Amino acid sequence: MNFPLLSLMIWLPLVGAGLMFVTQGNEIVAARNARWIALWTSLIVMILAIVMLLGFNPAAHDFQFTETAHWIPQFHVAYRLGVDGISLFFVALSALLTPIAVLASWRETRRVRDYMAAFLLLETMTIGMFCSLDFLMFYMFFEGVLIPMYVIIGVWGGERRVYAAIKFFVYTLAGSLLMLLALVWMWHNAGTTNMIVLMHTPIPPHIQDWLFLAFLASFGVKAAVWPLHTWLPDAYGEAPLPGTIMLAAVLSKMGAYGFLRFSLPMLPQASAYFAPLMFVLGIMAVIYISFAALAQTDMKRMIAYSSVAHMGLIVVGIFTFTVEGIEGALFQMVSHGLVIAALFLCVGVLLARGHSLRLDQLGGLAARMPVYAAFLMLFVMANVGLPGTSGFVGEILVMIGAIQVNFWVALLTGTGMILSVAYMLVLTRRVLFDHARGIASALIDDISGREWAMLAPLAILVIVLGFIPNGLTFAFNNAVKDLVHAHMSALGQAHLAMAKP
Amino acid sequence: MAMLYTTLPVLFLAIAGMVMLMFGVFARRDHTFAITAASIVALAITARLIFAAPDGQVFHAMLVTNDFTRFADILVLVGAAGALSLSVGFNERTGITRFEYPVLILFSVIGMVVLVSAGDLLTLYIGFEIQSLALYVLATFARNNVRSSEAGLKYFVLGALSSGVLLYGISLVYGFAGTTSFVDIAHALARHSMVSIGSTIGIVFVMVGLAFKISAAPFHMWTPDVYEGSPSSVTAFFATAPKVATFALLLRVMLGPFAPMLAQWQDLVQIVAAASMVIGALGAIGQSNIKRLMAYSSIGHMGYALMGLAAGTVTGVRGALIYLAIYLVMSLGTFGCIIAMSRKGKPVERIDDLAGMASEDGRYALALAVLMLAMAGIPPLSGFFGKLYVFLAAIRSGLDVLAVIGVATSAIAAFYYLRVIKVMYFDTGTPGFDRRTAGINLVIGVSAAVTVLFVFYPSPLSTVSSYAAHALFQSAKF
Repeated sequence: MNFPLLSLMIWLPLVGAGLMFVTQGNEIVAARNARWIALWTSLIVMILAIVMLLGFNPAAHDFQFTETAHWIPQFHVAYRLGVDGISLFFVALSALLTPIAVLASWRETRRVRDYMAAFLLLETMTIGMFCSLDFLMFYMFFEGVLIPMYVIIGVWGGERRVYAAIKFFVYTLAGSLLMLLALVWMWHNAGTTNMIVLMHTPIPPHIQDWLFLAFLASFGVKAAVWPLHTWLPDAYGEAPLPGTIMLAAVLSKMGAYGFLRFSLPMLPQASAYFAPLMFVLGIMAVIYISFAALAQTDMKRMIAYSSVAHMGLIVVGIFTFTVEGIEGALFQMVSHGLVIAALFLCVGVLLARGHSLRLDQLGGLAARMPVYAAFLMLFVMANVGLPGTSGFVGEILVMIGAIQVNFWVALLTGTGMILSVAYMLVLTRRVLFDHARGIASALIDDISGREWAMLAPLAILVIVLGFIPNGLTFAFNNAVKDLVHAHMSALGQAHLAMAKP
Repeated sequence: MAMLYTTLPVLFLAIAGMVMLMFGVFARRDHTFAITAASIVALAITARLIFAAPDGQVFHAMLVTNDFTRFADILVLVGAAGALSLSVGFNERTGITRFEYPVLILFSVIGMVVLVSAGDLLTLYIGFEIQSLALYVLATFARNNVRSSEAGLKYFVLGALSSGVLLYGISLVYGFAGTTSFVDIAHALARHSMVSIGSTIGIVFVMVGLAFKISAAPFHMWTPDVYEGSPSSVTAFFATAPKVATFALLLRVMLGPFAPMLAQWQDLVQIVAAASMVIGALGAIGQSNIKRLMAYSSIGHMGYALMGLAAGTVTGVRGALIYLAIYLVMSLGTFGCIIAMSRKGKPVERIDDLAGMASEDGRYALALAVLMLAMAGIPPLSGFFGKLYVFLAAIRSGLDVLAVIGVATSAIAAFYYLRVIKVMYFDTGTPGFDRRTAGINLVIGVSAAVTVLFVFYPSPLSTVSSYAAHALFQSAKF
């Protein structure tokens, strides 16, 4: 067995969190220690993630960096880790965004130690989930995310935080428990929870349908697929800003990742059968939520709705079952993770200076904060998919995939993209231009060094990925091709089996 | 010699109990603390004796020893020892420090050990009554307190009723099978070419009598009142050892002598399990008293464990045993937290009294939060594994509907467990609780640590419970 890179990335944040509670000192010292421990731990994990990216062999077809250990041998459950092209970038995304979230919460003063520990715990859970190759482990990490997130929303959130936290928890739990039943059934069926085995264990079609719906309940809630998204505006709106960043950029990807990892390879017939439904849900998200976003009066909520709309696009991409569509969805997931995090960071910049995020009380910031305006503009453009930014590549690939399947799907998805331009431009006009209002009428500072440190890497990545999309696609090309190929052959076999008398 | 070793745990407990009783009566000063400590030691020695007892049966199969009974006995002893450690500080503060408390617990443990090992309907009933009589007295232990007396009376009346029902069931089974021995009943029932109504009714009555003791719905009515009225230290005991013992007996009876009639009682167990889960989940929502909340929670938990019995397979029994073990540990910790809730020596029981606990006493809040999340079955905490194994058993036996109900009630139940966490972490307030004794801290700490760390090393429990489940089925195969 080689170096346990993935285990290290998973458990290091937990060790860091534990370390915070060991250090002694009064509250101020403890808070300072907690901040630095959190930052250093997450930075080390980020460096490990870079090592992982560099060591990843894109030509291989198997899972890499695999690790296996005993866990519950009586039930054929083991500790299995590994990444392939699909999960690789989500691990990297989690590792990149955690230090940014830690930086974004640098000014938090209430119970700093618990706060930082919660973020590190969240990192353990998210990275663990993306690396798991055992369904039970996956489920534990998937659900475990709820605990730190519940606390983050509930303790440090906005005015209606308690309501939002409980709604988030119960909503997600109800969905996940259905997945637990599906898990138990598949475990019973295959005799193991090894995901690689599960992917090759055939399941009768009528059962597949039920399992698919159970997965949909769970992944759909996490990915906030319309109409399972209603927890999202509350949770995003009430969570403290770094929490919102993790929710929007990483946690929402967990659902989409679930579709790619479980629904498609394990339930091929049901996925094909329900694909039209998923298209409808995705398109509804894109169009309906875009209109809802237009009606928002709060900057944070508007961006939250925009996030849901983009998740719709991702769902459409996944269920095209074409290489382009899925690669587009994957690309879009990564890009959306970067862009939405950056947009929420921009919101945070305003929060740190002014107090209101109401659009009618903002305006004219471009004159006061030119650097900020440039950043915001860049990310808005990336969000609407301007060529030259990462957002464009994902959207165009999804469209190419969609048009191979159905012209109308592509057309309606495209409409949503136009709508997204509409509301994002409204947002920029209200915030950056117009005449100076609210905080812009007073003297305010442009962005600080800490904010530079958070926004600049994201901006660079957004532009680089926009110009050199190959850097991403060639890493997951093989994995996606295998996935589509396996899916098609599974469907073909099922067809043959049905055609035979 | 085998006879001596098999009966030694019971004999030892009885003698130890008597000696302590006499010592307490004739001692000049109050020696409650010493007697409590001695009782815990006695329980530990009993555990050792239980391991020493050889497999097999004595007194014409009146008492049986195998891996299953050992497993259940150890759980009972752990529950009793935990309840004893919790009692010290609490009983002192509430002015009910009396040496009878540990002695009564020892006596009821005797009943439980007999109960778990019963190989005959008569030993079953005797064990059942030894256990119950001590419990009735314990419920009224705060004898100057009206609510405690009421709880004891209620428990006694309903308990007597359930004993009557059980005895009636036993007599019916005896009448139709012609024997009281588990082995012979199984033979007799298997021989019958057709199912006789009489023995079916007898089995139902026996089951109802036992369901009452584990507070499974719809025989749960006494639970919230007794939990609330009894002193918290007694409630902690009620919630753990007797439930585990009676549940183990239920498993043995249903899958032993009554196994040939599985088709007859399986539906009934399913209904009871479903009703318990639903009532446990819905009943708890409106509660503002944390002890009543825990009462409903325990009703729900029994429902999940019964799911394992309803499956009627080795996997099911294993699931139920793992569930009971995990439940026992979680309950002890939770009751430790409840016992610690007191201001100026007076116990407080409202959930709202916990407001602001997180900022005042972070460790306590964290422990209780962990326990609540575990009770809700959130991974990676231990409670999740309990649910997982019973769901697995249910799905394997094709009880899909029951599993779906279990899932739905889990989601509902999560809501009220979360409320406790919400009050501690999100609300503001100054609980100002008294200092906790070392015993309570120990129980809370150990149970929270086990709950959290279980995930890293779950296989020993599943191995041991696997042995126990196989032993149960082996002894049932005559």
